[in-house]
Amino acid sequence: MSLIIKDLHASIGERQILKGLNFEMKPGKVQAIMGPNGSGKSTLSKVIAGHPDYTVTAGEILLNGENILEMEPDARARAGIFMAFQYPSEIPGVTIANFLRAAVQARLPEGELIDAVEFYETLYAKMDMLEMKREFTTRFVNEGFSGGEKKRNEILQMAMLEPKFAILDETDSGLDIDALRIVSQGVNKLKGPHMGVLVITHYQRLLNYIVPDEVHVLMNGRIVQSGGKELALELEAKGYDWIKEDSLVAA
Amino acid sequence: MSQTATPDIDIDRSVGDFHYDTSYEFDAGVGLSSKTVDYICDVKGDPQWIRDFRQKALKIFESKPMPTHWATEDLENIIFKNIRYYLSKGQVPKRTWEEVPEDVKRTFERLGIPEAERKFLSGVEAQFDSEAAYSNIKAIVAEQGVIFVGSTEGLHKHPEIFKKWFGKVIPTTDNKFSALNSAVFSGGSFIYIPPGVKVKHPLQAYFRINAQNFGQFERTLIIADEGAEVTYMEGCTAPKFETATLHSAVVELVALKGAKIQYITVQNWSSNVFNLVTKRGLAMEDAEIKWIDCNIGSRLTMKYPGVILKGRKARGEVISIAMANSGQHQDTGAKMYHLADDTTSNIVAKSIGIGSGRSTYRGMVHIPKHLKGCKNNTECDALLINTNSRTDTYPAIQVRGNKNSVQHEASVSKVSADQIFYMQQRGMTEAQAMSLSVNGFVNDLVRQFPLEYSVELKRLIDMEMEGSVG
Ligand SMILES: Nc1ncnc2c1ncn2[C@@H]1O[C@H](COP(=O)(O)OP(=O)(O)O)[C@@H](O)[C@H]1O
Ligand SMILES: [Mg+2]
Repeated sequence: MSLIIKDLHASIGERQILKGLNFEMKPGKVQAIMGPNGSGKSTLSKVIAGHPDYTVTAGEILLNGENILEMEPDARARAGIFMAFQYPSEIPGVTIANFLRAAVQARLPEGELIDAVEFYETLYAKMDMLEMKREFTTRFVNEGFSGGEKKRNEILQMAMLEPKFAILDETDSGLDIDALRIVSQGVNKLKGPHMGVLVITHYQRLLNYIVPDEVHVLMNGRIVQSGGKELALELEAKGYDWIKEDSLVAA
Repeated sequence: MSQTATPDIDIDRSVGDFHYDTSYEFDAGVGLSSKTVDYICDVKGDPQWIRDFRQKALKIFESKPMPTHWATEDLENIIFKNIRYYLSKGQVPKRTWEEVPEDVKRTFERLGIPEAERKFLSGVEAQFDSEAAYSNIKAIVAEQGVIFVGSTEGLHKHPEIFKKWFGKVIPTTDNKFSALNSAVFSGGSFIYIPPGVKVKHPLQAYFRINAQNFGQFERTLIIADEGAEVTYMEGCTAPKFETATLHSAVVELVALKGAKIQYITVQNWSSNVFNLVTKRGLAMEDAEIKWIDCNIGSRLTMKYPGVILKGRKARGEVISIAMANSGQHQDTGAKMYHLADDTTSNIVAKSIGIGSGRSTYRGMVHIPKHLKGCKNNTECDALLINTNSRTDTYPAIQVRGNKNSVQHEASVSKVSADQIFYMQQRGMTEAQAMSLSVNGFVNDLVRQFPLEYSVELKRLIDMEMEGSVG
């Protein structure tokens, strides 16, 4: 199981955002990508997920050795890529239960119908694990949700869909400390040898709760520095400017 | 004028789109004249008053212009002289499926009608082109005095009730297509529910067009006597033909004092059908008429179910869902005529436009000045799945006087690329994502449907979405 990104160049409109990015997601590991605002973090996660607004101009993304760039977003998702959105969309009139049901159904072979009893058993078990109330399933997806509820909903979906590689884009943004703790606990319960987790964040704060095995710095469309979890603390203390100089020297 | 074979048509994956080669015993030929009307009368053995009624209606039809001054120009593409107005294998419907001709029986089996009948219906009428091939009512319901037969049998066997209400809720002169229907009507249901009888399970009619260049003109009349209650459901399909097909029904409902009628339509016409239907109910004191109208498919649908609120405290409701895919125009709405104090009406219309599909809402709420205590609520919501879609709203609420209250809300929303991407990221295909959005949009209405029909509607939405991507 591997997800390898090689020399990725991607643009939106005329604008080049990723400029030769190399990165490998590792099963069983929690990796963090940090970087200043506008450095291309969300772009990276959306390009991996196959957002149609972005054009990949060079490079590859290999999932278990197979280039996924030609695959539709839904095929990538079914192949095991999950992205927790920084700004998840509202789906009016669709309950969380029905939404998840459609997502699980989409993974079954053609003609096979979801077993409703089994589905609800699994759903309730995952919700218990994430300490979520049952009533939550009857609410419409993200409609009128607080920032914390939106992110918990993303984590619930991740729990239900059991991806091989999960990318969490700024999951901490807009959360107060309590919500941050709850969401992080959820991720910590779900992580394990069967899944690689990529935490994308611009603050170090989240990494106190979800402790990464590796930290990487994304600047100007490329990974410019890599290290252990202490790198996050260093960035917190010194900001990003010192890296800029370092990477210039390296380049 | 007999034995016309229809050409073979390829079978396609969608449920209604198949066709059996069959031959017809009775065929009025192509085109419309007073001879066509006579042919239909002769075949049916109509009484003189119906013959006169039809011939007069034909003159009215011929004299009325196409309503293109307010409706779409596409109506001009209906070539009346190319249409066949009556095709049948016989006028008397069978009471058991065993007796139904094999190819017709297979048609309805593929559409799941006999199965639905066994499972949850009080009675079924299955119309194949101009006449019902099968009509039956469960014994337990018939024993209560409920009449459920075709329009011909209704006017022959129950003239005292039939004549009293036929053409009274919708006069022949109402519009060009109600006049056309009045001239050549065939099939449809005649239903009478005696006082106080509450029919537990729905009665169902299924309208199937099998022939090409054909016009189906069923005529339905439902009378719920004082305190009676009934739910009637209709389903419709036709295969895809190269040429235009016309479906032009007239449906009249009469709810006497304290009666309740619920009329549910789930239609899935193929994209060459002009569907021009007039539906109206008359609600007497404390009576309630509710139209639930789901319009999927067709080339052009024009349909504005209405309720005449004639008695004090009468209630009228129209719940409408219209889905316009590329190449389709759904021109739908509702009409509420308040004619007594303390009458209430509620209209909720939701339209979905996909690709170049076009949906139009036309409403008419009329509350005259001398009335008091009347209420109307109108809500029109449109969902657009593609920037090309077009939606128009003409609410036309005429309320005079200040002792009545009216509320009107309208909204237009879009399924955004980000929403679709979000759902695709969860593994749903683009079609599944659009289906889910549409289902969410109509969710609050669908919850009011009988379960079997909400399942059917969901299936039709899925199918429609699948056809609209890639
Ligand atoms: N739709 C867009 N059109 C043009 N530029 C965009 C668009 N979306 C993002 N960008 C630009 O791309 C760059 C990277 O954005 P993003 O990947 O969201 O950064 P990050 O998530 O690291 O804050 C930013 O400079 C941003 O302004
Ligand atoms: Mg971002």
